[in-house]
Amino acid sequence: MAAVSGLVRRPLQQMTVRDAINQGMDEELERDEKVFLLGEEVAQYDGAYKVSRGLWKKYGDKRIIDTPISEMGFAGIAVGAAMAGLRPICEFMTFNFSMQAIDQVINSAAKTYYMSGGLQPVPIVFRGPNGASAGVAAQHSQCFAAWYGHCPGLKVVSPWNSEDAKGLIKSAIRDNNPVVVLENELMYGVPFEFPAEAQSKDFLVPIGKAKVERQGTHITVVSHSRPVGHCLEAATVLSKEGIECEVINMRTIRPMDIDTIEASVMKTNHLITVEGGWPQFGVGAEICARIMEGISEKLVLEYSQAVIIMYLNIHWIKRSETRDGQVTWFNLPCVQLPGCSCCSSHWC
Amino acid sequence: MRKMLAAVSRVLAGAAQKPASRVLVASRNFANDATFEIKKCDLHRLEEGPPVTTVLTREDGLKYYRMMQTVRRMELKADQLYKQKIIRGFCHLCDGQFLPLIQEACCVGLEAGINPTDHLITAYRAHGFTFTRGLSVREILAELTGRRGGCAKGKGGSMHMYAKNFYGGNGIVGAQVPLGAGIALACKYNGKDEVCLTLYGDGAANQGQIFEAYNMAALWKLPCIFICENNRYGMGTSVERAAASTDYYKRGDFIPGLRVDGMDILCVREATRFAAAYCRSGKGPILMELQTYRYHGHSMSDPGVSYRTREEIQEVRSKSDPIMLLKDRMVNSNLASVEELKEIDVEVRKEIEDAAQFATADPEPPLEELGYHIYSSDPPFEVRGANQWIKFKSVS
Repeated sequence: MAAVSGLVRRPLQQMTVRDAINQGMDEELERDEKVFLLGEEVAQYDGAYKVSRGLWKKYGDKRIIDTPISEMGFAGIAVGAAMAGLRPICEFMTFNFSMQAIDQVINSAAKTYYMSGGLQPVPIVFRGPNGASAGVAAQHSQCFAAWYGHCPGLKVVSPWNSEDAKGLIKSAIRDNNPVVVLENELMYGVPFEFPAEAQSKDFLVPIGKAKVERQGTHITVVSHSRPVGHCLEAATVLSKEGIECEVINMRTIRPMDIDTIEASVMKTNHLITVEGGWPQFGVGAEICARIMEGISEKLVLEYSQAVIIMYLNIHWIKRSETRDGQVTWFNLPCVQLPGCSCCSSHWC
Repeated sequence: MRKMLAAVSRVLAGAAQKPASRVLVASRNFANDATFEIKKCDLHRLEEGPPVTTVLTREDGLKYYRMMQTVRRMELKADQLYKQKIIRGFCHLCDGQFLPLIQEACCVGLEAGINPTDHLITAYRAHGFTFTRGLSVREILAELTGRRGGCAKGKGGSMHMYAKNFYGGNGIVGAQVPLGAGIALACKYNGKDEVCLTLYGDGAANQGQIFEAYNMAALWKLPCIFICENNRYGMGTSVERAAASTDYYKRGDFIPGLRVDGMDILCVREATRFAAAYCRSGKGPILMELQTYRYHGHSMSDPGVSYRTREEIQEVRSKSDPIMLLKDRMVNSNLASVEELKEIDVEVRKEIEDAAQFATADPEPPLEELGYHIYSSDPPFEVRGANQWIKFKSVS
């Protein structure tokens, strides 16, 4: 049998991110009776962005539930159902509206397992589009990766392509913890090659593990969600100039896979973080902080110069050696384009 | 005749172990049960309400008395331990003594009206419910003192105690109400005829999310009993100053409601039975307002007299104490004797003393466990401490 299937090469399927999420949810709804979906327009409308298309027709009112426009109320209802043993998927039409329900996500869901001394798990998934869309104005464009990524007790994932989307939503649903899945509206319609193993009903992408999308030796570029695509495009452009970027797709915001990023920076000595969120107190700021803490000691011993540049917000790390061999590291926050040399007059 | 024989055989069986006073008690002929009249409930959108008479058996009466005394004594002990600084942080008490909080009747009465397989969730004044839902006084007091023998291993404290079918203990005012509606959704989803009691106070009743929960519970006919414990004060604000309508049992609008005398445990029990039957029949949610009075201040830091008079507190205390009410009923109907009830008082006191001893002597959870229970069902991982060289292990 194996020999035969080896001979017949399965063509690589093209799958949009939307269909990948749909397939992931469908498979999990089928697999476990306790899984159900609730949110605005998820049932009869087939989903505000058609992500849940066909699910209500297949599973009915009991498992695909349309809610009124009451985020705080229905998020709380979803968390309560999870406490009582069901496995809800709570959809926010966009994560901007989750701000109305954020107390239920953090105080009722994330903190409960800890506060109960391990007695009360909350197996819930909060999902929906996050971050900027196309011209939807300030109130509909916020990225919540840093806000949710800040809180212990939550897991936060941010898929980029179809494989990520399907694998992560399935892992999130099977996880016994509250998981926030930050999708991206502009990615929903984008098709990707869907590898054979992703077509399996048991295909999972592990939470907490980043993926190196492109190998490189000169610069480490770390990103999540839609900007991963931009990074790969940039990498192609730079490759023509002889600069090979290593592009890392974080996939998970919390718990962050800092080991993969660290290993890459140790190899390349250069780091750029790329994200759609605001720079201050953001995901990139966290990555820089951890790299500084984690590898600064290793770098002092091994490398003569390490420069860390962050997109949208740039930190220069300059190594200075005095005559008697004393080494000091300066962390200088300043806004400069890459390629500028930094001097001490740039303290900001 | 049969009753006499039963009494005699009880005496003979017990005479060997029991002290003389008990033999005397056992030989007395008590009634098996008695019928009492209870206050009629005010109704909203309901044709009929709970019955106005109820039967109390001797067995149940003794059980309720013991439970109420235990809750009261436990709360008084918590009060004492707090003043001795053995309990720190928040301590929202449930008892009625110095400062009114006559919720013993509520927690014992509600429990009497439902099954252990039903569900209950409340806000932060939760110690009494934690007990009536099945945890021991030991575990509760040890949780208050933050020790490893506490029901949440010392990590939750006063406001975060959990038990089977009891979902806390919730610190954010009003947040527990949508949670309760969600638990009711799970009850309906599972199809086992279970109901969820979702409690909140008169202060919380003005929270928007409660109205969102009412709406969805009614739309989806969730078996949720919304229960407003109206103790007439939201922290320091009297209900007249906080609510445009203080008819909390009507605030559910399209949801039928009852207003119940929350100081009378039998009234609470009958109303709960009525409400549970309503929900189990698939008619959807129902609302109950329990009128109680809060003896104590809002919490330990509030003496409770800056916003009301001592006379007011004294008057309520002398006329409406639920434990005294039950005691009088039982003694006057020959369901129990004064001595018997005094004995229960003594036993309860001892139980509380032992529990307090344990709660004071038990060690605190070890620092190594600070990072435990962040995630459920996960392999162990490391958590950064106050600086990058301090790491805590986290085990699920």
